[in-house]
Amino acid sequence: MSADADIPALELIDVRAGYGRIEVLHTVDLVVPPGSVVALLGPNGAGKTTTLAVASGRVVPTAGCVHVGGRHVNGLPPEAFVRGGVCSIPEGRGVFANLTVRDNLKLWSHGTSRSLSEIEDMVFARFPRLKERRRQLAGTMSGGEQQMLAVARAVVADAGLLLLDEISMGLAPRIVAELYELVAQLAADGLAILLVEQFAQTALAVADHAAIMTSGVIRAVGDPVDIAAELAAAYLGGVA
Amino acid sequence: MYSITASGLVVTYATSGIFNFAHGALGMLGAFTYWQLTVAWHVPPLAALALVLLVVAPLLGAVVERVLIRRLYGTSLSVTLVVTVGLLLALIGVANLIWSPVTPRVLKPFFPNSLIHLPGVNVSAHQAIVVLVSLLVAVALRVFLARTRTGATMRAVVDDPGLVALTGTSPARASQLSWALGSSLAALAGILLAPLVTLSILTLTLLVINGYAAAVVGRLRSLPLTAVGGLALGLAESYSTGYLGGDLPNLLRPALPMFLLFVAVVFLRDTRLRAGGRIVGWSPRAVGLGESVRWSSLLLVVALLAAALAPGGLVDFLSSTLAIGFVLLSLVLLSGYAGQVSLCQLTFVGVGAYVMAKVAPGGSAFGILVVVPVCALLGVAVAVPVLRLRGLYLALATLAFASGMDTIFFLNAFGTGGAISVPRLSLPGVDSNRGYLILLTLAFAAGAVGLLSLRRSRVGRRMSALNDSPAACVTLGVGVNRTKLGVFAGAAAMSGLGGVLLGGQEGLVSGNDFQMLNSLVLLLILTIGGASTVSGALLGAVLFSAFPIIAEHVSFLSQASLLLTGLGAVSIGRNPYGIVGEASRRFAAARQAGRGALASVVIRPSPLRDGVL
Repeated sequence: MSADADIPALELIDVRAGYGRIEVLHTVDLVVPPGSVVALLGPNGAGKTTTLAVASGRVVPTAGCVHVGGRHVNGLPPEAFVRGGVCSIPEGRGVFANLTVRDNLKLWSHGTSRSLSEIEDMVFARFPRLKERRRQLAGTMSGGEQQMLAVARAVVADAGLLLLDEISMGLAPRIVAELYELVAQLAADGLAILLVEQFAQTALAVADHAAIMTSGVIRAVGDPVDIAAELAAAYLGGVA
Repeated sequence: MYSITASGLVVTYATSGIFNFAHGALGMLGAFTYWQLTVAWHVPPLAALALVLLVVAPLLGAVVERVLIRRLYGTSLSVTLVVTVGLLLALIGVANLIWSPVTPRVLKPFFPNSLIHLPGVNVSAHQAIVVLVSLLVAVALRVFLARTRTGATMRAVVDDPGLVALTGTSPARASQLSWALGSSLAALAGILLAPLVTLSILTLTLLVINGYAAAVVGRLRSLPLTAVGGLALGLAESYSTGYLGGDLPNLLRPALPMFLLFVAVVFLRDTRLRAGGRIVGWSPRAVGLGESVRWSSLLLVVALLAAALAPGGLVDFLSSTLAIGFVLLSLVLLSGYAGQVSLCQLTFVGVGAYVMAKVAPGGSAFGILVVVPVCALLGVAVAVPVLRLRGLYLALATLAFASGMDTIFFLNAFGTGGAISVPRLSLPGVDSNRGYLILLTLAFAAGAVGLLSLRRSRVGRRMSALNDSPAACVTLGVGVNRTKLGVFAGAAAMSGLGGVLLGGQEGLVSGNDFQMLNSLVLLLILTIGGASTVSGALLGAVLFSAFPIIAEHVSFLSQASLLLTGLGAVSIGRNPYGIVGEASRRFAAARQAGRGALASVVIRPSPLRDGVL
């Protein structure tokens, strides 16, 4: 799905959300312009993951609007978000551990018009290592290979917006670099990406815009270079 | 034929992560619906078959999933266990209401008069059909689950429903589909099995339970292994009839599936220790010593008043209630505190009553000195092979043990339908019914106070730690095995003692009183009351002994008591702490609100939507 030039890929307007009676996001405003990469940074517990959960339909906001590609999608189930062109790679390993690599790939064909063999060709071309492992249970692969498999979904999904949550978590720097190479390439192809990352420098290197979030509120939005300067203050508890 | 049952079970387990104890009851319901259609309403068999397998059974499965199972994702194992066991009883109750168990019914085999001649053996056409269908089902299921995208989705739902939603499929629909499929397979097994045995509600339900053994051979996951397990089970059964001489086969044959189940469970390769339980947000507070003594004294005063003033019927009622309550206390210890689900507690009760009747027919109090160690030893004997097991497999092993004891021990020790008389403890002052009530009250009060003290002690903390996170226990140097063994032995001894008390109250007990099915009822009733509280045990006991009395007066309820128990247990899906838990939670919340303190925060995740976080 490709959006018009002026319609944002994702727009969160005055969003409040949380779990049960605990509110995590207190009025969050965030825009991901079409075809651009936005890095969402902030300390632990700031609400970054919750923001992504709202953007993928896993958490329904208690107030405010969620617009995907200009359409109001509040309250729709996550599978409707997928049909609307959102591809979300959740935190941790976003793979089905007890299914083989092939079965994992098979499931991806739900959201797209591609056939299994087409998906396999695309994924294996990108990550040859997964081809050797295609009959193996996904959960028995190394952490890096599992994350490759998880992130590979972004390659085959016909998405207009990609949500990445800490894809570097627990991985060797070499694998992180490999994954970010893919992210940069997807961005170059015109995909809009919202990414959450602990390694701020890695994220800022690929981002067009950056946002700092603390305590459920977006504190600052701007150019990656400017944001990098404000980061220390945000992490150390100062209000930007 | 076991393979069909078992594969249905495997399908639902593999695709919803919930072991469906009610599977047998679903199969039974399918067979009865089929009988209703063909025999009572004269629908042509083929149409009836299609109607049952393609419409009625899947619909039932889907409804069950929608109403009950969907709420269970992410809850603890004992809750899913109790709910599906409750469903089992509820379905039996429903069947009892619709098809009176008194009327005999016969379901004719398919092609009744034709035999197929194979080299060496003659096989009836029905048997041939059964074999063929089970092979066909096994192959078709394997292809469906392994090759198709829908099959992969169904398996993926077990892994991570949230992630399934992120790939663009509705996880709820996939799990609903798998339950419909499982229910349909159960019905198929029921229809095929019914002509080979009698069309009776209990026989059919329990027969399908035998399929559990085959499913466990397949480790609840692998369909080919399940088929092998089913085949082995069938062969073992017929060979034992054919080749073992004398009375032995008649003795052993019914116990064979359960024996296989026990062996299969014990030889399972175990997975890692579970780390960290669910966060429940709220748990019953531990009652202090003073408070427990006060309440016990109050109970004792009430009992003294009742013993002095109440009519004889009420005295009897209170006595049975307290005796049952004492047995339930042992379950509180085992299941409530230590989190070990046991489906064989009545077996220990039965053994206790039996031993007492044999060693101390005169009712000498020294009989207890024999009963307690015997039951404790039996408890240890059961616990040792299953020490490694957790949750579901533990429950299955105890189920197998209970069922095995049903057929081997109780049937023979008590004689078929026979009863033995259990002596009342002869202590000074307990020669009358009223005196016995006082004794029972004392026993219950002592048990309750003791249990609550145990709860607050070092051992009690160890048990709740075990319940919460075995992995953390190990890292702290708490001996998991020792604690488990101790708990099993203690609970078994308590149950045996309960057997002595209960037997003394009832006078005559028969083997039927201690059947596996009744053990299930016992666990359910405790859970309805509140599994981890002493007051829950008392409330459960009141319910348990009140049922027959209510049923005497309201004839409709005599059939519906199973149904009601089942429904009650099913409602546990909402609150795992039972009635007592719910009541005291509300009370605590109200008190807190009154003080103007921060209201306690109860997080209720709905796993299908935001569980991934």
